Amino acid sequence: MSAENREPSGVRLSQSRTPPSTEYEMVVGLEVHVQLKTRTKAFCRCSTSFGDAPNTNVCPVCLALPGALPVLNAEAVELAVRAAVGLGCTVHETSIFARKNYFYPDLPKGYQISQFDRPLATGGRLEFPVADRSTTVGITRVHMEEDAGKSLHDRFPGATAIDLNRAGVPLIEIVSEPDMRSPAEAGAYLRALKQILEYARISDVSMEEGSLRVDANVSARRRGETRLGQKTEVKNMNSFSGVERALEVEFARQCELLERGGSVEQQTMLWDGATGQVRPARAKEGSHDYRYFPEPDLPPLVLEAGFVRRVRESLPELPAERRARFASEYKLTAYDVDVLTSAVAVADYFERVADRADPKTAANWIMGEVLAALRASGQAIDEFMVRPADLAALLGLVASGTVSHTAAKQIFAVMAAKGGNPAEIANAQGLLQVSDDDQLRRWLDEVVAEHPREAERLAAGEKKLQGVLIGAVMKKSKGSADPKRLGQLLAERFGT
Amino acid sequence: MSANASGIAAAVRSGARAPRAIADEALTKAHAADERDQLNIFITIADRYARDAAAALEGDAARHEAPLLGVPYVAKDNLSVTGLPVTCGSRILEGYVGPYTATAIERMTRAGAILVGKTNMDEFAMGSSTEYSAFGVTRNPLAPTLVPGGSSGGSAAAVAAGIAPIGLGSETGGSVRQPAAFCGIVGVKPTYGRVSRYGLVAFASSLDQIGVFGRDVQDAALAMRVIAGRDDLDATSADVAVPGYGARAGSLKGTVIGKPREYFPPELDPKIAALCGAALERLRALGAEVRDVSLPHTAMAIPVYYIVAPAEASSNLARFDGVRYGLRMEGDGLRGMYEATRSKGFGPEVTRRIMLGTYVLSAGYYDAYYRKAMQVRTLITDDFRKVFASGVHALFTPTTPTPAFAPGSKSDPYEMYLSDIFTCTANLAGIPAISVPIGRVNGLPAGGQFMCAHFEEQRMFELSFALEAALGAEAHR
Repeated sequence: MSAENREPSGVRLSQSRTPPSTEYEMVVGLEVHVQLKTRTKAFCRCSTSFGDAPNTNVCPVCLALPGALPVLNAEAVELAVRAAVGLGCTVHETSIFARKNYFYPDLPKGYQISQFDRPLATGGRLEFPVADRSTTVGITRVHMEEDAGKSLHDRFPGATAIDLNRAGVPLIEIVSEPDMRSPAEAGAYLRALKQILEYARISDVSMEEGSLRVDANVSARRRGETRLGQKTEVKNMNSFSGVERALEVEFARQCELLERGGSVEQQTMLWDGATGQVRPARAKEGSHDYRYFPEPDLPPLVLEAGFVRRVRESLPELPAERRARFASEYKLTAYDVDVLTSAVAVADYFERVADRADPKTAANWIMGEVLAALRASGQAIDEFMVRPADLAALLGLVASGTVSHTAAKQIFAVMAAKGGNPAEIANAQGLLQVSDDDQLRRWLDEVVAEHPREAERLAAGEKKLQGVLIGAVMKKSKGSADPKRLGQLLAERFGT
Repeated sequence: MSANASGIAAAVRSGARAPRAIADEALTKAHAADERDQLNIFITIADRYARDAAAALEGDAARHEAPLLGVPYVAKDNLSVTGLPVTCGSRILEGYVGPYTATAIERMTRAGAILVGKTNMDEFAMGSSTEYSAFGVTRNPLAPTLVPGGSSGGSAAAVAAGIAPIGLGSETGGSVRQPAAFCGIVGVKPTYGRVSRYGLVAFASSLDQIGVFGRDVQDAALAMRVIAGRDDLDATSADVAVPGYGARAGSLKGTVIGKPREYFPPELDPKIAALCGAALERLRALGAEVRDVSLPHTAMAIPVYYIVAPAEASSNLARFDGVRYGLRMEGDGLRGMYEATRSKGFGPEVTRRIMLGTYVLSAGYYDAYYRKAMQVRTLITDDFRKVFASGVHALFTPTTPTPAFAPGSKSDPYEMYLSDIFTCTANLAGIPAISVPIGRVNGLPAGGQFMCAHFEEQRMFELSFALEAALGAEAHR
C-alpha cells in the first residue's frame, strides 16, 4: 500500500486503493461467523464432516421434513461458551433461541435457528498488537446459530443444485463494536481472533473451507466527528487480505461520495476479489424483515450453575498467555515468540522439541529449517515427517559433538523427506563426527605426507596454511572430522 | 365391534381373537364408512400396512403383554408414518410419503396397536369442522348432515363410527376435545410436553400436542399412558413420570371442582348449560365440592390464540416451498416458483393464517401484536395457576358453546373461531383437559370438559371415570 495521499478529486476506484483524504476516518465493525468443531450438527446427529458427497450427511431434522424437531447439541454449547469466555464476555445463564425467517432454497426450514434479543454472551474484548502497539476491540455479542446449506450454480446448466450437508452445522456469530479505524486494524483483529479460536480448539478457522466468514460494517466520518456515519455492509470476502482490500475500496467509495456532497446509502456491498471492486447486492438484500420470534421448539438455554466456571478453568492456554510464557520460560526474543506462537500447532511443536533440547537452538531450527521445509512442501506441521522427538534427538547429536552442524542439515533433509531416527541416518550415511584422536592423527599424517611443502611452510610459522591442511583433512574424512579437535591436534604438532 | 381396547387386547392374549382377523374387520369397516356411507373419514386406508402389522404381531410372542395387543387405531394425517402418505389435508404435500415414524406412532406400534388408516383433517389442523380439507368434508357418523368438528374430525368420526376404539389426533386450540364433544366420545389434550411432538407436523409449536380419542374414558387413558413420556427427539417433551391413569374407587370427598363463570356466558346454548349443571350435580352427589370461580382473562383467549397460533404457523409452514418435497409448480424464477407452489398448494384458511401470522411478526407490529399477545398469554396462564393454587383441583366447563353444526353454516371465519372459545385456553396455558360425553341436545352429543393443573392427568382421568360411571347411559341420551 502506498503511503502517498492523493487529492480527493484524483480518486478513481478502479485505480487506487489509497485513502482519498486524511479528512475522513474509517470506522469498522466486524461480524464473524465461525463453524464450531463439533462431531455432529447443532440440532441433529448428522456428521459435520466437510467435503462428503452432496446430501449424504442429512436426516429428517436438517432436511426440515414435516414433523421433525431440533434438539440442541451440548458439545456446540460448550464450544460456544469456550469462545465467549476466551473473548472475555459475560456468559448469560439463560439465553433464548429465535427464528430468523426468510425464504431461500438452501435454508430448508424457511428460517434459521439463531439467537436474537437474548444472546449467549455479551460485552467482551479482544486485545492484540497492531504495529507494536496494543489495541483493544470491544466484542458486542457472541451468539449461537446454525449454518445453511449450499447452493451450487455451476453443477447443472440452467439449474441450481442444493447440498444440505452443511445445513445445521453449528456456528457462532461474533459481533465486534465499531472500534477499528483502518484495514490493518481489522486484519490484525481477525488474525488475533482466529488465533484464539484455534488455540481454544473451537473451530478449524479456515476461510477457504468456509469455517470462518467475515462481514464488515464500514462507514466514513470527518475526523473529530463523534457520531457514526451511515454504514454499508460488505460481504463476500474470502481471505483476511481480501477483507483489508475490500475495506479500503469501500471506504474510498464512501469518501468520494461524501466529498462530492452526496450521501452513503444503507446497502449491502459485495466484494469481487478478482476485479478488486465492490458492487451493491440486489437491493432487497438489505431490507429483509426477518420476523424474529422465540423458537418454540427449543426451551431457553439455561446453563447449569458452575458450567461457565468449569469451561473457563478447562480453557486451553490462549495466545496472549502463551506468548508471555514463551518469553519468560524459554527466554526467547519478542520476534521468536511471535513466529512460534502464530499457529498453535507450531507452538506445540516447539514446546515438544524444547522439552528435550536447548530452547533457543530449537527455536532457531524451527523458524529456519522446519518452517522452510513446510513452505517448500506445502505440508502442515502436524503431518511433517520430522517429529518433535526426532528433531530434539538431532539437536542432541549436534550438542554432544556427535555430528557437525553441516552434517545435521544433511540428516535433517533426509528426515524431512522420509522421516527416521537421526542417529541411524548419521550412521548409515557416515555422517557421525570423528573426534577420535588416533583417526584424526592418521588423517593428519596422510595429509602432511601428501602436502609436504605446505606442511613445511606451516612449521615455519606461515599460519594461514593451517586452514589449507584442515580443509584437506575434512575433505579426506568426507566432512566427518571434528574440526575443533583437529585444530588442536594440528596446533600441537606444529607448535603454533 | 363393540369391545373396547382392553377387551380386544385381552381377547388376543387369550387366543380368542387373531390380530389379522381384527385388522381385516377394521379395514372392512373403514372402507364401508367411506365407500358405502360416504363419511369421508380417511385420506389413506392403510390396508397393506395394517395387515403386515397384524401378521407381525402373530409371530411375536415377546409382545404378548403389550397393553394394546391387536387393538386397531387410526391416526390423524399430520402424523408421520414410514411408508404412508402424510398430507395434513393439504395439496401442498402431494406425492410426499413419510420416510420416518412419529414417536407417538412408534409407541403405539410397540404397544401392539395396529394402524388402520390416516384420517381427514382441516388443512394443517387449521379449522374446527374438517371442512377446510383438500380432501373434502368429513361427515359426523351420528348425524351425517353435520360436521364431526375439527380439526381432528376424521379420527373422531372413525372412533364414533366404531371402526377402531382408539384414535390419535392433535390439538392446538381444541382440535381433539371439540370433535370428541360433537361425536359423543372422549377426547384428551394432555399437558404441553406430556407427549412427544416428534413426527407431528407442526401448526403452532408452543400449543400443539398429540391427543387421543376413545369411546370411553378407559380406552383414552390406556392410549394416553402408551404415548406419554419423555422423548429425546423432542426438546419440549417433559421428563415427568407417567402414572397409571386408572380409576380410583370411593367417593370424591375432598375434591374441589371449580365452575368458572366465564365459561357459562349468557349466549351458551341453554341445553348445554343444563347438561353441565346436571353433571356437576352428579359430581357433588359423589362427594365433590363445587365452587364458583373466575378466570378473568378468558375473554382475551381467542384474540391471543389467533395471534400466537398464526404467527408460529407462518414460520412452521415456510418449509413447504416446493424445493425438497411435495407440490412444485413452475413459475418465473425462484420467487415465481415459490408463489405458484404455495398459492396452489395452500387452501384459503391456511393462506389467511399465514398472512395474519406474517403480519403480526413484522417489524413495527411485533410489539403491538405478538409481544402483547404473549404477555396476555401469561396472564391467562396465571389465572389457572391462581385458581389451582387456591385449593381447586379441577375445573368443569362445557367443551363447546353449541353442538355440531352443518357444513357451510359458519362462513364468517370469526364465527368458526368461536367454536374453540372454551378449549383454546388450556392450550395457551399448557394444562391438560378432557372432554367427556354428558348427554344430548336435540339428539346431538354434548361434551363436558375437565381441566387440571400441569401434569395432573391422573386426577383428570379419575374425575372422568367417576362422571362417566355416574352418568351411565345418560351420557349418550
